[in-house]
Amino acid sequence: MPVDEDIKKVLIIGSGPIQIGQAAEFDYSGSQACKSLREEGLETVLVNSNPATIQTDMDMADTVYTEPLTAELVAQIIEKENIDAILPTMGGQTGLNIATELGKLGLLEGIKVIGSDVQTIADVEDRDLFANFMDRLNEPIPKCHAVESVEEALEAVEEIGYPVIVRPAFTLGGTGGGIAHNKQELIDVTTHGLDMSYINQVLIDESVLGWKEIEFEVMRDKNDTCIIVCNMENVDPMGIHTGDSIVVAPIQNLNDEVCQRLRDASIKIIRNLGINGGCNIQFALNPETNEYKIIEVNPRVSRSSALASKATGYPIAKISSKVALGLTLDEIRNDITKETPASFEPSIDYIVVKIPRWPFDKFKGIDRKIGVQMKATGEVMAIGRTYEEAIQKAIRSLDIGLHGFEYLEYTEDNLANPTDERLFHMYSAIKDGRSVEELAELSKMDAFFLYKIENIVEFENQVTKEALEDEKFLLKAKKLGFSNFTLAKLAGIEEKDVKALLDKFDIKPSYKMVDTCAAEFEAKTPYYYSSYDSGNEFIKNDNKKILIIGAGPIRIGQGIEFDYCCVHSSLALKDQGIETILVNNNPETVSTDYDISDELFFEPLTFEDIMGIIEQVEPEGVIVQFGGQTSINLSVPLAEAGVKILGTPYESIDRVEDRERFTEVLNDLHINQAPYGLANSFDEAREAAERIGFPVLVRPSYVIGGRAMEIVYCVEELEEYMKEAVKVSPEHPILVDKFLEDAVELDVDLLCDGEDVFIAGIMEHIEEAGVHSGDSACVIPPQTIPEHLLQVIRENTRKLALELDVIGLMNIQYAVKLDEERVYIIEANPRASRTVPFVSKAIGVPLAKVATSLMMGAKLKDFNLTKEIKINHVAVKESVFPFLKLTESDSILGPEMKSTGESIGIDENFGLAFYKSQLSAGMDLPKEGNLLISVREQDQKKIQPIAEKAHALGFNIYATKGTANSIFDVPITRIKKVSQGTPNIKEAILDGKIDMIINTPHGEQASKDGYTIRRLAVELGIPYVTTLAGARAALNAIEAVKGNDLKVKSLNDHIANI
Amino acid sequence: MGNEAKLALEDGTVLKGEAFGYETVTVGELAFSTGMSGYTEALTDPSFKGQILMSTYPLEGNYGISEDWYQSDKVQVEGFVVREACKKLSNFGTKKTLDDFLREFKVPGIEDIDTRDLTLKIREKGSLKAALATEEIDDDELVARAQEHKSIVDLDLVPLVSTPEVKTFGDFDKTVAILDCGVKKNIISCFLENGVGVALFPYNTDYQTILDYGVNGLMVSPGPGNPERLTETIENVGKLITKFPVFGICMGQHVIAKTFGATTYKMKFGHRGANQPVKDLQTGKVFITSQNHGFAIDPDSLKGTDLELTQINLNDGTPEGFMHKELPLRTIQYHPESGPGPNDTRDLFEEFGKIIKEY
Repeated sequence: MPVDEDIKKVLIIGSGPIQIGQAAEFDYSGSQACKSLREEGLETVLVNSNPATIQTDMDMADTVYTEPLTAELVAQIIEKENIDAILPTMGGQTGLNIATELGKLGLLEGIKVIGSDVQTIADVEDRDLFANFMDRLNEPIPKCHAVESVEEALEAVEEIGYPVIVRPAFTLGGTGGGIAHNKQELIDVTTHGLDMSYINQVLIDESVLGWKEIEFEVMRDKNDTCIIVCNMENVDPMGIHTGDSIVVAPIQNLNDEVCQRLRDASIKIIRNLGINGGCNIQFALNPETNEYKIIEVNPRVSRSSALASKATGYPIAKISSKVALGLTLDEIRNDITKETPASFEPSIDYIVVKIPRWPFDKFKGIDRKIGVQMKATGEVMAIGRTYEEAIQKAIRSLDIGLHGFEYLEYTEDNLANPTDERLFHMYSAIKDGRSVEELAELSKMDAFFLYKIENIVEFENQVTKEALEDEKFLLKAKKLGFSNFTLAKLAGIEEKDVKALLDKFDIKPSYKMVDTCAAEFEAKTPYYYSSYDSGNEFIKNDNKKILIIGAGPIRIGQGIEFDYCCVHSSLALKDQGIETILVNNNPETVSTDYDISDELFFEPLTFEDIMGIIEQVEPEGVIVQFGGQTSINLSVPLAEAGVKILGTPYESIDRVEDRERFTEVLNDLHINQAPYGLANSFDEAREAAERIGFPVLVRPSYVIGGRAMEIVYCVEELEEYMKEAVKVSPEHPILVDKFLEDAVELDVDLLCDGEDVFIAGIMEHIEEAGVHSGDSACVIPPQTIPEHLLQVIRENTRKLALELDVIGLMNIQYAVKLDEERVYIIEANPRASRTVPFVSKAIGVPLAKVATSLMMGAKLKDFNLTKEIKINHVAVKESVFPFLKLTESDSILGPEMKSTGESIGIDENFGLAFYKSQLSAGMDLPKEGNLLISVREQDQKKIQPIAEKAHALGFNIYATKGTANSIFDVPITRIKKVSQGTPNIKEAILDGKIDMIINTPHGEQASKDGYTIRRLAVELGIPYVTTLAGARAALNAIEAVKGNDLKVKSLNDHIANI
Repeated sequence: MGNEAKLALEDGTVLKGEAFGYETVTVGELAFSTGMSGYTEALTDPSFKGQILMSTYPLEGNYGISEDWYQSDKVQVEGFVVREACKKLSNFGTKKTLDDFLREFKVPGIEDIDTRDLTLKIREKGSLKAALATEEIDDDELVARAQEHKSIVDLDLVPLVSTPEVKTFGDFDKTVAILDCGVKKNIISCFLENGVGVALFPYNTDYQTILDYGVNGLMVSPGPGNPERLTETIENVGKLITKFPVFGICMGQHVIAKTFGATTYKMKFGHRGANQPVKDLQTGKVFITSQNHGFAIDPDSLKGTDLELTQINLNDGTPEGFMHKELPLRTIQYHPESGPGPNDTRDLFEEFGKIIKEY
């Protein structure tokens, strides 16, 4: 059947900034959707406010908008672009919400909603409609009642039966819930929960805790043809969010009869929802009775569908898009085999393991427990021929300094109530001789998976130097996924000794294909994973090849931006007819889409794993510039192993990373840096700090597990810090840098071909120095830096890039003290930075692509990039934070990065651009109302102009005592701190009296009051700022937008106007 | 590590792995199945008689063995080739491991074989005769055993799995006669669930016996091996097709089609798995089906007959279903009874039950 003739122009809704629960998977899906619709000859328009996406590249859709994802602005785009249909199922929950909102506002008249329509979305999103729907289908869901008294709770349990989960509706930090197994417990937990709930309501849920969690990825077309792309089993039981669970595909421990029963239910549900496309269905399954409940239905692509796509080779988003247009599955070819149709079910002949990557290293002191609220920022996937191999590869892929299982201390509580370290706690308990049966009972993990860990432990116990000298034993070790590093450690020998033994026996990895069909048909798409089974399917040819090392899992500090760069690099090489080999292990991303590179290897990014590929593929060179710190860290070992590193010489990396060598470079070039010192002890640190003068920025020179850097203001704070930091890395010195108070920070991204330097973007940070550059908002072009200082920055940038022989990208951070009229260099990174996509979008130049060409010998003048590009618009990047999801976290900003993603705002002036960036980042700045100001002592002297401006804009100002005392000639309502009695700030916020909050933290240890205010703001969604600079920018934005409706303009139009 | 086991192929290849199951030497045609679950069902499926089954999924035995899943009363395969056989029981309610199960029925297994590599070989060369040894035997001798073994084309396998006497199941108004070429338990249950009783007849039952028995419909069951060997069955079925509603599954389709003069041929490596897409040419709908066959009908051989091609396999275009232009007769190549595999086409039993009841 032909595609729906009425649809000529489709709007694809993206998912916005990367946040916990909504990450890179939607760039992958959305990019596929764009390509897929274009293949069918449709005109495509895309809207997504996340600049660090492939999707928002101007060659992905005919027209790209980076506007905030609000129903009003999307409606403007629909009208302006004359859209026929919207595709909301590629943009995660955001996409569905916008479609729903547009429907409610009556803005979808004459517009088709394809994939899942508004009614389908309502049927699964609205709790009551969902219950009714499942009831009609006779499919069971866990029962749930909202109650407002203990009596009602008792009544509810009459119907539900014990045990029940009691969850207070809306509490600070989601606390106060519990499980009740009997009447007394129910009374206790409910009483406490009602107390904790701000709206005096608790939800009584039927408990399926400890059941198995199973997922099905289903597809349906308009002919009602349904297929299951993949089923997956969560290693962690119900009660742990699937995003925080280790997941294995396909299902390992359910018999066929049960699998088919779940399949039948999945198909029944998708048929009745009438979805044209993909759908994710989650089941809870009682392992003893095989009774199941439907937990969740997602009528869209999802994190799980991305995982399923990568796990099977079946591109769910791509096929879903075509099916949404009206094509049927049998009309679409399977990309991998090219011969069979998409209306089949992938059969896989390997085991896939996914492990989440959590951000706890960035939030010291917060509870590491995992549960119903997802906390992971990213994930890794590994493929193996055995479960042991897959899980050990997955551990290596996490990039947390582990090469396999490692013993971790654990408590009894850890075994039953998991943290992010549960996998290692289970291993450690087994190592300590605890029985699998007992651990399965405690953890509710299926014993199947624990037996696999036991196999690993049992094997480890046999590993000795002599044992490894037996060829069969060594081969078995490799088949079980042991890294050379781990084997060496277990046997008490060197890693290179293990490698020598492997070479002696000619044991090397063989590469097998992911082909969707378990070898039944010939696969045309080279998508590989390693194994130590005998058959090797890698076919070598004589083409010129370049290997690109990816960035691994999305984590705070190394996000989707790096994947973006890797994709560009691969595409640039392909354009030049060079074969690209991409290695990565992140299932969410575009880079691991098999059609991005000529050959995709889904592998851990360790020296051993990369070398295995290099030895097979023999690439001409390796690109390490784009995969963030992960790939940069491999450059020295790879170079030492004789591998050619393309672009900037790897020696230059050491010249900037070694602080003393870097200082030499800077001195030679007469580039100014802030005074600093190196210290091996507290005394040395104190000496350095006193010489330089407090405050100082301290950090370990060698970071393990992301131990924080901190600004310390006095000797006591320094001492406290040193106690912890020195414990972390005893052999490595501490860096003590002068902290430049009130300095403006700038980021510069540049391209260099060895002869010329192209300054791509100078970004002025909104927040002052001291806030991590990844967390600060920033703007192109700079707004407050005088031209002569910008000139200094340009000069320094050129000198440094040429001195370091940069070929490709480099990022330099500067601080400017406006009062001193001085520029300080902070650091330089001779690699792609996280701002590369933002700058690329802002100036309309694909920097990573150009950088790749430079590495291949092209010159900047070939691209006509000889002088800085002056843009006629203003582009603001704002960071997006996980505070809501990390329930105990404080929303203050500091030198440790905390943001998970970013938004972009582009408009004709700074105010409007900043406003848009805030809106996209979830800060809907009010145009009027009540503004609460409570700032720390050192900020009080600077608050007057802010208060005046707020007042002039029409805000009523509430302020706490100290702040109020510093403001003159502006009417103020004084308000008490929580500790000062009632009525106080907390009550005012809870009463809905406060529309915006300016609250700056008091020193290093945020006060309890401040914390309460900030948490309330986060949880209630009240716009808040925690720096004065942020406050000024916010008020500018409000001023700009007052009486001025926001207008949409495409990125294409902005760039055309340069 | 377990004892060494060896798998020899007719092309002279000898693969070494570890033994599990019974200690013996066995021969058969090596066939791979791409199903990812349902090993108990597959191992007990009589259609695998004469074959050494290899799973492409690398982990087998994960959830143990339960008699509830048996498709016949014993293990039917000649041997089982896997990447890894799970040793430890963890699934609630199962008390037997894969190893126990194969030992019980005196069938050998081999693990630590690169099953993907071997599958690629079969894909290229076609099905291969093989010999599997879990006891000591010389490599050359094992290869010779594989080579000397008769081709599946020339073996009579149905007599080895068919019921020796008539058996009845269920007490309903209407009864279907199943000619047992190697019936699966699920087929019988599917009829019973739809309110149709079953009378199971030996594959070579004379047509008159069936007519005299007083049944209301006929089903020709799936079964192992070459349909051409079933001349007796084909002859009898030919005399029954006009008498009442007829349904054929897999081997049943071959037998019925042959009564219309169809020719069958041995496929390169067959269809075995739970993911085969079948398109219904009348509705345009596609179903995912469970399959297990190594022979297929040449659709051209039925041109001009009353048997009309109604369903095809979307992977390779082979015929998946026929319907008679006038008679209530329908045949399919796949397994709607599932076990293992999807239940998506279960409604065919309901449909056939209805036809029987209304006839």
